[in-house]
Amino acid sequence: MEIKILGPGCTKCNTLEKLTREVVEKNGIVATITKVDDIMEIMKYGVMSTPAIVIDEKVVLKGRVPSADELKQLLTK
Amino acid sequence: MKSSKWLLPIILLGLWILIYFNLQLVSNWLIDKIFKLPQGKHLTEALRFFIFEVPKVLLLLVLIIFVVGIIRSFFTAERTRKALEGKSLFTGNVMASMLGIVTPFCSCSAIPLFLGFVESGIPLGVTFSFLIAAPMINEVAVILLFGLFGWKVTAIYIGTGLVIAITAGWVIGRLKLEKHVESWVYEIKAGHAEGEEEKIGFGDRIEAGYAAVKEIVGKVWIYIIIGIGVGAAAHGYVPESFMANLMGKSTWYSVPLSVLIGVPLYSNAAGIIPIVSVLIEKGVPLGTALAFMMAVIGLSLPEMIILRKVLKMRLLLTFAGVVTVGIIIVGYIFNTIY
Repeated sequence: MEIKILGPGCTKCNTLEKLTREVVEKNGIVATITKVDDIMEIMKYGVMSTPAIVIDEKVVLKGRVPSADELKQLLTK
Repeated sequence: MKSSKWLLPIILLGLWILIYFNLQLVSNWLIDKIFKLPQGKHLTEALRFFIFEVPKVLLLLVLIIFVVGIIRSFFTAERTRKALEGKSLFTGNVMASMLGIVTPFCSCSAIPLFLGFVESGIPLGVTFSFLIAAPMINEVAVILLFGLFGWKVTAIYIGTGLVIAITAGWVIGRLKLEKHVESWVYEIKAGHAEGEEEKIGFGDRIEAGYAAVKEIVGKVWIYIIIGIGVGAAAHGYVPESFMANLMGKSTWYSVPLSVLIGVPLYSNAAGIIPIVSVLIEKGVPLGTALAFMMAVIGLSLPEMIILRKVLKMRLLLTFAGVVTVGIIIVGYIFNTIY
């Protein structure tokens, strides 16, 4: 699985990246996590509110930091 | 399952009402009966003010942020953009300003939002109306104004904030400054494979309310306690009319001066409003104080630096200039009325 965290470097975006890494590690999910902070790259996903999570090139969440439980559900779906 | 989602908020609301309407009683009881402080002394009255105001403002904050969190779950940047597409200049400015109040926004997503708007053909002026209203009329500012000054000042603040956002956006639209947007902005090919909208049920909206309380109240409570503490200290000690000579009505330059001081200052609404309340109490006229507050929270240096990535200097300065002039005019109007 390929996870991308979209965000130009605000606090919330960093929180989300950290949280994602934690959830992935805790649940033994096999995934690569990349942080995308290039705005051009972010816009390619049509995202207007950051942070956002992209899983296998599909935007699954945007504009907020989810709870660990919600994130786990998104990642194990 | 569903009834439990309803039940908790209703119980909490009952508790809230019980506490809120007995605060005055409890704080007086604490001061007079438990601590047995002498009435009328400066320290006593400062403490009384503090013990009453802190829980009052925090309670208001929790309740309203919860409601705002629920309301905001109905508005997303994508829906707002859709609503604004193809709107004519003036109608677009009015709608963008109002949507700016309710759409979730933080200055860190100002750029993606700006790009998303421009890319889908929303006029520059309309986009700016949104960018002006969104930070200036925010829920924390509104709650604190309501808690400390009552509904009249709050209504004035929202009303004039809207007028500034609408006219400033309209003026920028009329100036035809499109060529002063950085050229790479127009080359962006934004994807529209947004996927389906997240499906949100009632339970999720309640959750959104809790999340908003946790996030916003968790961030600003400390500023509120400090702010009210400063207010309480000044309440009894700093002589009234201390500021009147410096910033009073008779000094014509008080409005532009306070705005010029306010623009580079950066603070959230929670930190600035208690200070504004002290200013007003010590003889600074309402218009001057409101103008100062608008300048601090509506225009900020960090946001300007972020926006510089997409706007050329001339457009950025025009934006700052138009908003500054708007705030100054509002300040003068209020000082004349009150």
